[in-house]
Amino acid sequence: MRRDVFQAIADPTRRQIINLIAHQTLTPNGVADSFDVSRQAISKHIQILAECGIITIKQQGRERLCFVEPRKLDEVSDWLADFRKSWESRFDKLDELLIKMQTKTNDNKPK
Amino acid sequence: MKNKTKIIAEPGVQELFIHREFDAPRELVFKAFSDPELITQWLGPCDMTMRIDYFDSRTGGSYRFIHSNAHGDFAFNGTIHEVLEPQRVIRTFEFEGLPERGHVALETATFDELPGNRTKLIIQSVFRSVADRDGIINSGMEYGVNDSHNKLDELLATLV
Repeated sequence: MRRDVFQAIADPTRRQIINLIAHQTLTPNGVADSFDVSRQAISKHIQILAECGIITIKQQGRERLCFVEPRKLDEVSDWLADFRKSWESRFDKLDELLIKMQTKTNDNKPK
Repeated sequence: MKNKTKIIAEPGVQELFIHREFDAPRELVFKAFSDPELITQWLGPCDMTMRIDYFDSRTGGSYRFIHSNAHGDFAFNGTIHEVLEPQRVIRTFEFEGLPERGHVALETATFDELPGNRTKLIIQSVFRSVADRDGIINSGMEYGVNDSHNKLDELLATLV
């Protein structure tokens, strides 16, 4: 089974869990209380998120708390950023071409 | 202000969208997108030369082009399903360099008129699998990195 950041965010419930614990530190049960699905289901999602490295679970006293690993999420935005850059540089060239084409069109118009 | 390129690629789905606006009327943007001589002037990545094998831009036509650099040739081909000038082009897209053939995407490019003689281009690409889509996005990484290195080189040259 694939365990990376993309697997982690592929599921809408997991995206909601990330959002939730990005704003507040919660226990796994605390996370489950915010959803209508079973604790077992949420527990499974949390396990996948942990295996993907998106969240870490730390023992603090008697409680286990879930924390988001923001640097892991950066991998997602970086991934798209490079693809975007490749298109940006093409479209920049297209901008220049369109300027040339427009100048040409204007030159050809009867005065 | 520079027009921004927006990429929408939700995790776990088989499609991606590219959004971009241009400060030019849509007839021109459409022409730059469909005329082979014009396409070669912008579609190649920064560090590659681009040549067209054939490009028959009409409904039922087909195309093939090749990007080249020191590492070799990268060929792409497709069949053109519809050319509806000046608002829409629908075509398939396949990278020939994959280990097996048949990983084809369906691309729909729409050209919308905006006020002030401007144009909005939206390209939707639908892939056969999430892995196919992610593979294309990852291949963009290499281009992107090379491109930004080139831009850095250019910037450094102006500072000397």
